[in-house]
Amino acid sequence: MARIGVFVCHCGENIGRTVDCHAVAEGCKDVPGVVHSVDYKYMCSDPGQQMVKKAIEEKGLTGVVVAACSPHMHEKTFRRAAAGAGLNAFLCEMANVREHCSWIHEDREKATVKAVDITRTIVEKVKHNVPLSTIRIPVTRRALVIGGGIAGIQAALDIADGGREVILVEKGPSIGGHMSQLSETFPTLDCSQCILTPRMVEVYQHPRIKLYAYSEVESVEGYIGNFKVTVRRKARSVDESKCNGCGACTQVCPNKKIPSEFDCGLGKRTAIYVPFPQAVPNLPTVDRNKCLLFMNRAKGRPDTCKKCAEACEKGAIDFDQQDRLITEDVGAIVVATGYQLYTIGKDQPKDNLKGYGEYGYGTIPDVIDGLQFERLASASGPTSGKILRPSDGKVPKRIVFLQCIGSRDPQKGMEYCSKICCMYVAKHTMLYHHKVHDGKATVFYMDIRAAGKGYEEFSRRAIEEEGAQYIRGRVSRMWREGDVIKILGFDTLEGEPIAMDADMVVLATAMRPQPGIDVLAQKLSVSYDQHGFINEAHPKLRPVETNTAGIYVAGACQAPRDIPDAVAMASATASKVLGLFANEMLEREPTVARVDEATCAGCFHCERVCAYGAVEHKDIKDRAGNVVRVIAYVNPGVCQGCGTCEATCPSKSVELAGFTDEQIWSEIQALGV
Amino acid sequence: MDSTTPAAAGGFEPRITAFVCNWCTYTGADLAGTSRLQMASNVRIIRLPCTGRIDPMFITKAFERGADGIIVSGCHPADCHYNAGNYHARRRFAIFRELMDFLGVAPGRITFSWVSASEGAKWRDVVNDAVTRVRALGPFTAYRNMVVVQATAPLSTAAADHSPPEHGGGGEGLRMQSLAAAGVDSGATKEVQA
Repeated sequence: MARIGVFVCHCGENIGRTVDCHAVAEGCKDVPGVVHSVDYKYMCSDPGQQMVKKAIEEKGLTGVVVAACSPHMHEKTFRRAAAGAGLNAFLCEMANVREHCSWIHEDREKATVKAVDITRTIVEKVKHNVPLSTIRIPVTRRALVIGGGIAGIQAALDIADGGREVILVEKGPSIGGHMSQLSETFPTLDCSQCILTPRMVEVYQHPRIKLYAYSEVESVEGYIGNFKVTVRRKARSVDESKCNGCGACTQVCPNKKIPSEFDCGLGKRTAIYVPFPQAVPNLPTVDRNKCLLFMNRAKGRPDTCKKCAEACEKGAIDFDQQDRLITEDVGAIVVATGYQLYTIGKDQPKDNLKGYGEYGYGTIPDVIDGLQFERLASASGPTSGKILRPSDGKVPKRIVFLQCIGSRDPQKGMEYCSKICCMYVAKHTMLYHHKVHDGKATVFYMDIRAAGKGYEEFSRRAIEEEGAQYIRGRVSRMWREGDVIKILGFDTLEGEPIAMDADMVVLATAMRPQPGIDVLAQKLSVSYDQHGFINEAHPKLRPVETNTAGIYVAGACQAPRDIPDAVAMASATASKVLGLFANEMLEREPTVARVDEATCAGCFHCERVCAYGAVEHKDIKDRAGNVVRVIAYVNPGVCQGCGTCEATCPSKSVELAGFTDEQIWSEIQALGV
Repeated sequence: MDSTTPAAAGGFEPRITAFVCNWCTYTGADLAGTSRLQMASNVRIIRLPCTGRIDPMFITKAFERGADGIIVSGCHPADCHYNAGNYHARRRFAIFRELMDFLGVAPGRITFSWVSASEGAKWRDVVNDAVTRVRALGPFTAYRNMVVVQATAPLSTAAADHSPPEHGGGGEGLRMQSLAAAGVDSGATKEVQA
């Protein structure tokens, strides 16, 4: 006989304002099976939880329903409380009368009727709940980090220093990410590579980090504690075991005019190349799309140029090298794939992105973006740190910086703020001032967002000490006349249009996730938003986890952020991973499927629809040991609890604990007239 | 759409049962709540781990138990938390919708949508659109005059019986009641008059 306790929470005013909680509690008193029905201000508080425990003990409750917020909020809280009083945790459920009722309806009468319905539905469900016990599975205590920028590097180092093995996969030929392209970082004006490269070397030399550079994640199977990842190690055409990094190959390559990705197109590289001198690993890579030998091979012609192979004393060049697929077992995955910048051209990946025709769609020479300016300013960049115009190599005496290009623009770009641009534009004005003493920097801004530690002071310094002119307003049009870029804008604080000439324009373009992030996210089964940013499990309280257990997220792939925040987030994911690995066995929710062996016909439709391969074949034998039937068996360590098998089974022989047909039918029943 | 607009047939308010997946739509509905997006109050959500869990019989049972409309909502294609459950749901639904149409159930009564965890506003729109549409179609009365089985015991003890429900109608687990016999109103937990 069911003895259900109902506890209706006011949640202060959150529920109590629009739902008559006392009436809900009263309304459940006459439900057969309910022996205790009360309301209280704050059920999740200590006294509230004590009420639940006391009622379980005093009234011998067989089930508990807490009508309050979403189960995503406090199901664990109340299950723990119930377990503390000796009632199996899975005999406790929550009825969502806050997010799904009190917060979305103003009509008190309607909201109360609905709250009663919702609560009674869960009461009927709980009558069919059965006690379940936690499942324990082994966990592979190795981590995979995807992305070798500053966030990925930090996560890998922290996990490895914590004693666990890490596999770091980076799709480019070197780790370092965008931070390695920067000249100096705000607000300290530290040389970016000087603080980054020691970390890169540490990753390379760390005994517990396996670095797979020039590699990509091909596929991911499994689940938390037990992922099977296939990594594609792309062919550099260089034998890692033989190459000593002498660089002779890059010296002799005849194709020297390829725009360098690392220099954002402002410098040139060869077909066999090392992206930058401090690259880790220090291995050259052959760009098969630009190498003469491979281009000939693609057309069926014989191999002609082999200059790099001839120059190599170690015989490390291997034109026949193939991609290799490597499978690794890991228990946790950290996604740290970073960002790319929005481009203002016409060719955009999505229909709602329009590019900026008023700024020339990226065709006006000497109009560059923030990363390109970093490469100009960088001592190891294409101009050795001199600020020079890409068109004619002259020193620009007037540079205009435009903030919010593509950011804060729902019509043509992204509605969000990219967070770092106000700071790096201030930095750029300072770097320019340091290098070109008689240069004039002008910044067109909408707002100045300088919220971090030392950021406001840094911004003020650009204006007060370094002489940058800040104009509040946007530029409506830019075009080139002769050698000069003509600019038409508006100065909102003066209330007048403003026209000026510039020798160079730097656009602070929006930060977006890397291309192909959606494909990677689908491989991992993590969710992402309309921009491609990976979704965190909870924006306030679980910012480094995703809703996919065992997969964590760090850095700019989750939202625009700067280096200190990316590093902090990376260390946070490492602490989550090390926490996950702290025990040998991982506890799993027991809401998994189970086959009724008496009625299973062995059709294996369930096996076909199971996305995790959790269904196995089980022999049923007679006393003589002969196999009389082969039926389905669900491995409780593998099953993820989606229930597709139960919906598919023609004989209804498989049941998903926690969401059985009986439980769902009783909920439907409860809603009936 | 305004859910407080008076209905065509003298204040009829549809009852809509929604079968949603825990990871996307349920969370999206939570987000709608957190964002205080106001919407029609006619929808009652039943939480499932995945839309792949939805047996078409849930929908027929909901109609039979008095729902005027149904919403089925899950993760967008390629984004299912369990990889492929929403694809199974979609395939089942494609056939099921044909069957419902064949049986004479107006297609407008059933809404199938993808609402992700970040789409609180979309959930609000799905709810309001469904309510408006079903309100215009009027009450769903097709099954309500069927007299089938009279309960011999109060529902609550029958509900506590843990024997597996027989599929396909009849048996202990199912209690279809005639409205004419039992009188209208209230939930299944009221004792059925023999």
